[in-house]
Amino acid sequence: MAFTLPSLPYAHDALAASGMCQETLELHHGKHHQAYVTALNGFVEKDATLQGKSLEEIVKLSYGKAEMAGVFNNAGQHWNHTLFWPCMKPNGGGKLPGKLEAKIVSDFGSVDAFKDAFKQAGATQFGSGWAWLVVGKDGKLACTKTPNGSNPLAEGTGTAILGCDVWEHSYYLDFRNRRPDYLTNFLEKLVNWEYVESLLAKA
Amino acid sequence: MLVPRRTLLGLGAGLAASALTPALRVAVAQPGGPFTLPALPYPFDANEAAIDARTMEIHHGLHHRAYVNGLNAAVADHSRIAAMPLDQILLRFTEMPETIRTAIRNHGGGHANHSMFWLIMGGRGGEPSGELAAAITRDFGGFAQFRERFDRAAMGVFGSGWAFVTVNRHGGLAIVQRPNQDSPLMDGDRVLMGNDVWEHAYYLRYQNRRAEYVRNWWNVLDWARIGERYDAAKAGTLTI
Repeated sequence: MAFTLPSLPYAHDALAASGMCQETLELHHGKHHQAYVTALNGFVEKDATLQGKSLEEIVKLSYGKAEMAGVFNNAGQHWNHTLFWPCMKPNGGGKLPGKLEAKIVSDFGSVDAFKDAFKQAGATQFGSGWAWLVVGKDGKLACTKTPNGSNPLAEGTGTAILGCDVWEHSYYLDFRNRRPDYLTNFLEKLVNWEYVESLLAKA
Repeated sequence: MLVPRRTLLGLGAGLAASALTPALRVAVAQPGGPFTLPALPYPFDANEAAIDARTMEIHHGLHHRAYVNGLNAAVADHSRIAAMPLDQILLRFTEMPETIRTAIRNHGGGHANHSMFWLIMGGRGGEPSGELAAAITRDFGGFAQFRERFDRAAMGVFGSGWAFVTVNRHGGLAIVQRPNQDSPLMDGDRVLMGNDVWEHAYYLRYQNRRAEYVRNWWNVLDWARIGERYDAAKAGTLTI
């Protein structure tokens, strides 16, 4: 069963008023994410040992193996983007729902401290990569970053409940080189905090 | 719309101004430091056959400038390193203090890579001549094969990075890939030429179509200038 591109949970122009334009979403979802899915399927087709495996299994088994770098890059990016899309919504941001806010305050000290840590992770990921909010193995929330197609699932750093793509293709049309502004906008205007809370409940 | 003091890493903002003389503090505020953004040797629209003027302007004036600022910030408290030429800093990368090694790698590499990148463009493409052409034929079988192998390297960089042609003292050429702003100088290799395949190098015009950018890039190379770099490498005078 080939992997497929998940539909966006909103229209391509739905986030334009919140700082992510229609062209960015069309390219990011329809071209970049689609290219990862297509490439991943190409690898699976040629390698019987990958067939029948889940995306999570492929991400984990290909991590850190030089000869499987192509598999890992594309599987990782399929996994990353699949988490990313529902983490946003039209008119997102705003006040965090109660349980999520309480957990964040408990683990970071304040919502602002969390936001600073998340933005710091994204701004200091040099080159392409991702910023994450994870539930660590100790049960505590933490902000992390990963390069290129990697992610907390592969690196075993916890369960991701929020991810922000900091590849330039995520923000270049809207923010050019101003990645810190993109990260602030992501947290303040794009994040679907109810969805993040639902992932926290399952973590 | 210019935000010259902001860098992707926020490293440009953290200068320890108290450690500097008043005169230097003024320079830093402008901003300044031992390293400066080189002026483009041609107008922003000179590479239109591959790269639009807007991209040139942002790439040079914002991205490259951020690397210069980040490098100056990194060496601000290290006068011995601040006095070294950039190629020597990168060649002796492993000797750099651990506290600033990552900043030197990212910003020093970024400064060196972009300085080289501007210099080799502004031309009209075509093919090299003379000794460089002979070396390409000797090391790759011919210009077409060289170009194809280089483009494959550029396309194969996953995420941000560069494809480079390195050149040794005997004129031997090799094609290498590097992630992010890593410079071959960090491994002791001089750079003849290189193509930036960070998305910021091509996204405004080409979006996800890196292959098209990589193909068009050859249209704006200045082979006379690259030939001079080749001669300099053999003479031992090529720096970045």
